[in-house]
Amino acid sequence: MVNPVHPAPVHRCGVHGVPEIIINKVVMKELDIWYGKIHALKSLNMNIFKNEILGIIGPANSGKTSFLRQLNRLNDLELNYKAIGEVLLDDKDIQSINPEVLRRRVGMIFALPQVLPISIYDNIAYGPRMHGTKDRKRLDAIVEETLNASFLWDEVKDRLLESATKLSGGQQQRLCISRTLALDPEIILFDEPCSGLDPISTAKVEESMLKLKEKCTIVLVTNNTKQAARVSDRTAFFLMGELIEIDTTEKIFTAPSDKRTEGYILGKFG
Amino acid sequence: MKLRKIIEFIIEKLIFLCGVASILFVILIFAFLLKEGISFFKEVSFGKFIGGRYWYPISEPPQFGILPLILGSLLVTLGAIIVSVPLSIAAAFYISEVAPIKMKDILKAGIEMLAAIPSVVLGFIGMVTLVPWIKKAFHLPTGLTAFSGSIMLGLMAMPTIISISEDAINAVPKSYKEGALALGATRWQAMYRVVIHAAMPGIIAATMLGIGRVIGETMAVMMITGNAAVIPHTFLQPVRTLTATIAAEMGETVHGSMHYYSLFAIGIILFVITFIINFTADIFLHRNRK
Amino acid sequence: MKTTTKQKIAFAILFLCTVIVVLPVLFVLAVVIKNGWPAINWEFLTTMPRNNMKAGGIYPAIMGTIYLVSLSTLFSLPIGLFAAIYLNEYAEENMLTRLIRLAIVNLAGVSSVVYGLFGLVMFVTFLKFGVSILSGALTLAIMNLPVIITASVEALASVPYSFREVSRSLGASRWQTIRHSVLPFAIPGILTGAILSLARAAGETAPILFTVAAFYLPNLPHSVFDQAMALPYHLYIISTQIPGIPQQMRYATALVLVGIVFSMNIFAVIIRSKFRKKKKW
Repeated sequence: MVNPVHPAPVHRCGVHGVPEIIINKVVMKELDIWYGKIHALKSLNMNIFKNEILGIIGPANSGKTSFLRQLNRLNDLELNYKAIGEVLLDDKDIQSINPEVLRRRVGMIFALPQVLPISIYDNIAYGPRMHGTKDRKRLDAIVEETLNASFLWDEVKDRLLESATKLSGGQQQRLCISRTLALDPEIILFDEPCSGLDPISTAKVEESMLKLKEKCTIVLVTNNTKQAARVSDRTAFFLMGELIEIDTTEKIFTAPSDKRTEGYILGKFG
Repeated sequence: MKLRKIIEFIIEKLIFLCGVASILFVILIFAFLLKEGISFFKEVSFGKFIGGRYWYPISEPPQFGILPLILGSLLVTLGAIIVSVPLSIAAAFYISEVAPIKMKDILKAGIEMLAAIPSVVLGFIGMVTLVPWIKKAFHLPTGLTAFSGSIMLGLMAMPTIISISEDAINAVPKSYKEGALALGATRWQAMYRVVIHAAMPGIIAATMLGIGRVIGETMAVMMITGNAAVIPHTFLQPVRTLTATIAAEMGETVHGSMHYYSLFAIGIILFVITFIINFTADIFLHRNRK
Repeated sequence: MKTTTKQKIAFAILFLCTVIVVLPVLFVLAVVIKNGWPAINWEFLTTMPRNNMKAGGIYPAIMGTIYLVSLSTLFSLPIGLFAAIYLNEYAEENMLTRLIRLAIVNLAGVSSVVYGLFGLVMFVTFLKFGVSILSGALTLAIMNLPVIITASVEALASVPYSFREVSRSLGASRWQTIRHSVLPFAIPGILTGAILSLARAAGETAPILFTVAAFYLPNLPHSVFDQAMALPYHLYIISTQIPGIPQQMRYATALVLVGIVFSMNIFAVIIRSKFRKKKKW
């Protein structure tokens, strides 16, 4: 395994533009996750850089989603869940951060568009309202701003008060992105965000990801290696709960150092 | 923000309290029954109470034997179960396995309506229709008999038995049935050879809960079984049940008298019986789920 | 015999059994409507009984039942709903939860007349509420608790888990999530359960026998500490305790009671089916 904790600086000049100054946003040290007897993630050591898009690829049950849910402590909701090791966000252990505050800083987009059956407006205002924003003008501004960021504003600006469930799948997923952005997160976790979407919708979601990178850090779990190749700056390959390899996307897709990574990517590419 | 946290803390404590309230109420019910009933057992032994053949609570000296009442309850319950169980199981099968969707909805609504008819109304209807008919049909001096009570109570037990049996039948894995059908069995054969066995624990639980419902039923039995506290020999004679005894006599007792306490003692017996029935039924239901 | 013929016969028998089960509903309805309807008029519904209940109306009994049912719902709905929230949203699979479930099953099974005894000692005597609307309503409330809890748990459980996940992922607390992402979508189901339990409370007689019911009162109750007449009890006494009541009045009283209970049930069913159509998840 390449040493993931201290990647060589040469990795910076990938085609996708790894940020100029590398700052560790998240650092994981010897992280293990169990669900009951299932050992979902095994002694993971890994960093996430500020303002990068980190792609996570790997077959089913490779620990990708467990990893992702660890970052916003959504694993806490599971029964029989246990974790040891450290996850540092800006050098601070996330276990010491109030989960409600943490989840505000670390947003999440789910695999299927999970809009609540309330209006488009209320979906976006949900997070801010839960954190105490009541001012209507402020909420109006947040709604417009975040819908713009996901390129949805023009499509829905005349029907903000209609139920979000009336939107198409792609629109719903972009609404979910807006909803997450409404909390102004530092990190956004995407959990196979395009698995149910058509190519055009996928392109729009990817477009908004690339734009979001300017402001936040993005972790993208995907089943679609092509998607990782298209948008991520660095890519990590997980297999059976272990991190096999992490490197610049270019390196991973052209000259992976582990046979298993190569096998997975080739298999995927046919 | 601080205030919100405090309010949430209070609400969550309240939620917990309401959550455990059910346990508290069961304990309270039992404790209060015991509190009143215990004075009775200081005077009359448990064996004499259960085994006594005569219930003359206000004669001098009074006799507090509830054997006739227990037998009355058992007889009416037995009759109700004979009336309701076969019909209910058949109906449950029809509704869950045979009926087309539209028909299913109508029948289910009908059964819900049956469950909704107040017991006092069923008692009244029984009094004015069934009782005269039974008197005439069997040439009896009175139509107020255990038999009349069994029919009415059978009706009241049906919705319980049907809905729980239906759940049990629906819970049978599709693969069981499909397996039988794939081997060339007809739907009917699959039903009585496979599905009924798999659903059996649930059906037993349903029957038990039906029994619990019947034993505890009060108003309808009181209105149509004739209320004679004698040991019954046939279905076609008046009987008196445990529940009807409490309901009919509590209004006339002197608070704090032996008679008053004896009715609580009957209440304890009823409480324990229904507790055991429901507890056992619940075990069967859980076994079915696994 | 051919197996398909056998099946046809078997299904026909099953169908017949089902009809026998459902038929009594129609029979009861037909009997009370046919005999009771002619006696129902405005006077019957809105005046006090006269002439030893042999004439006049059943107004105080109707009002008594309305008071009782509303007051009991006031107690049972919040407690039942919160209990359901605890069971569905907070409780872990442990001994306590199993005990709670057992207690609910047991409360549902206790005989209605035993509730009457309990209400008599607990509320009438021990807490000194006397024979009153309050005592009766509390007794009915505890009796109805399992119905409301079971219906509410079902309604809460039907809200997709993902709603909770989304809400929590947006940093909402557990209670905020329940309040804003679970309860609003469970309300129709909870309402259905509540109305059904209300209907049941309206028809119950045994629990109010010793806790509230009055044979005859010349006035409507003034406070919750007064006795009250109630429809089911009224039907019971005019059909068994007082001879010489015109038969038609008994039928009419039964019709009013059945009418109230059934219309509440139908209302609940309508809410449920409307909600099912509207449901988008």
